[in-house]
Amino acid sequence: MCGIAGLIHRKGSSNVGQEMTSMLQALKHRGPDSTGFAIYGEPKENTFVLRFKVAEQEDLHGALKIHEEIKRRKDAVDETLKALGVTVKELDEATEYAFRYEIQYDGDMKLLSDHIEDIEGAEILSIGSALELIKDLGDAGVVSGAYGLGDFSGTHGIGHTRMATESDVDIRSAHPYWAYPYSDIAVVHNGQITNYWLMRRQLEREGQRFVSNCDSELLAVYVATSLEKGMTLEETLKKSIEEIDGVFTYLVTTKDQLGMAKDSMAAKPMVLYETDDMVALASEEVAIRAIVPHEIDTWDPYDEEVRVWQA
Amino acid sequence: MAGLDSSGHAGEEMGLHTEPLKGRDIKTMFSLENEGGYAYAFAPDVDFNKRGLVDCQDKEATEINNEIRDLIKSGHGTIVLENPGAKHSIIVGILHRMNFIVNGSLGYFGCGLLDGPMVRISGRVGWSFAENMMAGVCVVEKNAGSTFGAAIRGGDLVCKGSVGSRTGIDQKGGTILVGGDTGAFSGFMMQRGRMVVCGNAGKNLGDSMYDGTIFIGGEIQDLGVDAVPAELTDLDKAWLTRKLTQYEMMPEKGVDHFTKIVAGKQLWSYDNLEPSEKKLVL
Repeated sequence: MCGIAGLIHRKGSSNVGQEMTSMLQALKHRGPDSTGFAIYGEPKENTFVLRFKVAEQEDLHGALKIHEEIKRRKDAVDETLKALGVTVKELDEATEYAFRYEIQYDGDMKLLSDHIEDIEGAEILSIGSALELIKDLGDAGVVSGAYGLGDFSGTHGIGHTRMATESDVDIRSAHPYWAYPYSDIAVVHNGQITNYWLMRRQLEREGQRFVSNCDSELLAVYVATSLEKGMTLEETLKKSIEEIDGVFTYLVTTKDQLGMAKDSMAAKPMVLYETDDMVALASEEVAIRAIVPHEIDTWDPYDEEVRVWQA
Repeated sequence: MAGLDSSGHAGEEMGLHTEPLKGRDIKTMFSLENEGGYAYAFAPDVDFNKRGLVDCQDKEATEINNEIRDLIKSGHGTIVLENPGAKHSIIVGILHRMNFIVNGSLGYFGCGLLDGPMVRISGRVGWSFAENMMAGVCVVEKNAGSTFGAAIRGGDLVCKGSVGSRTGIDQKGGTILVGGDTGAFSGFMMQRGRMVVCGNAGKNLGDSMYDGTIFIGGEIQDLGVDAVPAELTDLDKAWLTRKLTQYEMMPEKGVDHFTKIVAGKQLWSYDNLEPSEKKLVL
């Protein structure tokens, strides 16, 4: 089933970490397997936030000498960053296996991403000047608490509560998806893409790389590729409805935009609330009510509807 | 244990082969001896002037519905719900006449399986509102989600705002009234009843409809398979005027501009026979 939610503040920052946590916690019944956030703080000049993991949560409960292995993998990432001339300005260990680095780097982002992902067990969750992507097993409260999102200030974000239907219950298959190796783009999706392999092969022939077998990742790579070709986000989302088959509603974020697209059958829900100050949307109105408790006017976007909002 | 009674030959002269069941318990659902005769035998005796209140704040759907049932058992014929907070599956399975006033919005599957009550909702409702309604009236003051009035069989279902996609899917009777627009696939597989949309309709309107009538006041994106325009008669106009006036939804320009859509009856599975004719044949 899955639940998705998005939020954008049009007049400055807010406590978007706490707001997204409340929205996703209200959607917990739609997907108890994992929760993910893509939230956007103030962009920092010449600085990127790199979030990566070197193991799955379940590895901690069974893998041989996993604690030593995690340390070895992290050391390997550190050595790779050093070799590529990356300066690590700040380092946080959110969990034993997931890390947040503030880095300075002016080289090729694909080169950096490829080198890190070549390390066994290492997976980049996101790279962005504003984006921070956090996902793990558990509900929104658990994940938010573990990664300290309660006081995250920012302009916008999207999130996802996952009921695994197409792939495993692990962090790799959890949403949101960062569009490897493009910075600051993330996607959450509710639905199924029926021409996934066809579209994936097309994108792979163009040189794009996928890090999972989850159909939702396709949307992230598709959007990032189109944006890189010079299309606007709105044009990209409209094109996606024509080219991607299946039933879906998805949200996409860039450094300063939040977009929404709904398939031609309108088979997956979305409720929208819009004011001059903010836009909130979610699979169910209860998620919006978690941050706007008073009576509000909401509506369902129609089939093939595409909307883009600016932060 | 039920068995077959082959002694009856009532239909044989007409070429029918019938074998009535014998020895089977049949529950009396309605009593013709009662005044009106349309209430379920188990319907509680409620006083419409006795008003009860349910505050939905910080309560789960089951808790709220149990409170509603307790109030009904104690004779409350009018129940007011405060702070519903767009929660799901509230006011379900009410099978007798009474009043509900909802001050706020409901989530998904609100007011399902109703047979008789009158419900007024000041806010919005989510997907699958009033699914399978048999009788009664539901009025939503704001917007509604998709599959509004799916498979309703009777009663009046009113949304003064706009509704989502697949409005009245599998509608088998009753009336759906929409003040604003409706989304794609509205009236999909409609079999009976009437749907009125004062605004625009999305694509595939009335797709695969078997019967029933759809009236659209605005633009129709396109018609579905087997949905065809029909002449708007004086009788239709009179009915539209009466219904829209009743719920204070009459458009400024009246009803003459409405487009009437009916079933073309060309589907491979449709034989063009009226139900009464079918009974004779079968």
